[in-house]
Amino acid sequence: MWPNERVARFVNENLLAARVHPRQNPDAFKQYSERYKAPWTPTILLLDSDGVEHHRIEGFLPVDDLLAQLMIGRARIAFDAEQWADAERRFREVVDTLPNTDAAAEALYWSGVAPYKATGNPASLKATGQAFKERYRDSPWAKKASVWT
Amino acid sequence: MKIDFRQDVDRVLQEAKAQQKPVLLDFNAAPM
Repeated sequence: MWPNERVARFVNENLLAARVHPRQNPDAFKQYSERYKAPWTPTILLLDSDGVEHHRIEGFLPVDDLLAQLMIGRARIAFDAEQWADAERRFREVVDTLPNTDAAAEALYWSGVAPYKATGNPASLKATGQAFKERYRDSPWAKKASVWT
Repeated sequence: MKIDFRQDVDRVLQEAKAQQKPVLLDFNAAPM
């Protein structure tokens, strides 16, 4: 799915990209697959600027699902850096632009958490819990958000 | 448009730190 235009644009605009190949570059593959405990391919890691992993994508995904996972990973890096507004915007962008992907429910969940972390106001959690009554009702994320309503 | 994948991971991690930019690290056996 890497040749896809939307995926390529997102990666080039948001990330520095490196690839290790198990046969063409076996030494590097051994080094980094051991460091990050990633023995299987394809595996994609989203790392912060210090090389710390924040999100992992294992196995093949269709374009929209891959793009949504990459966007979630980028949002997760912002979230873990306590960049709440940026994280909320990025999670919400997944819900708004790729609503039919598996990642959308997860993004909806965290789009409610980020403003709560910023303000301490539980209104965003309650609103998110309500939103899960309208969409993604069968997802595990709806169960997790059910305590917010 | 293609992704600007690079194979020197150490170099990419150094640049990421300098630029404060996150990294995509792809373990992939597909033809390069």
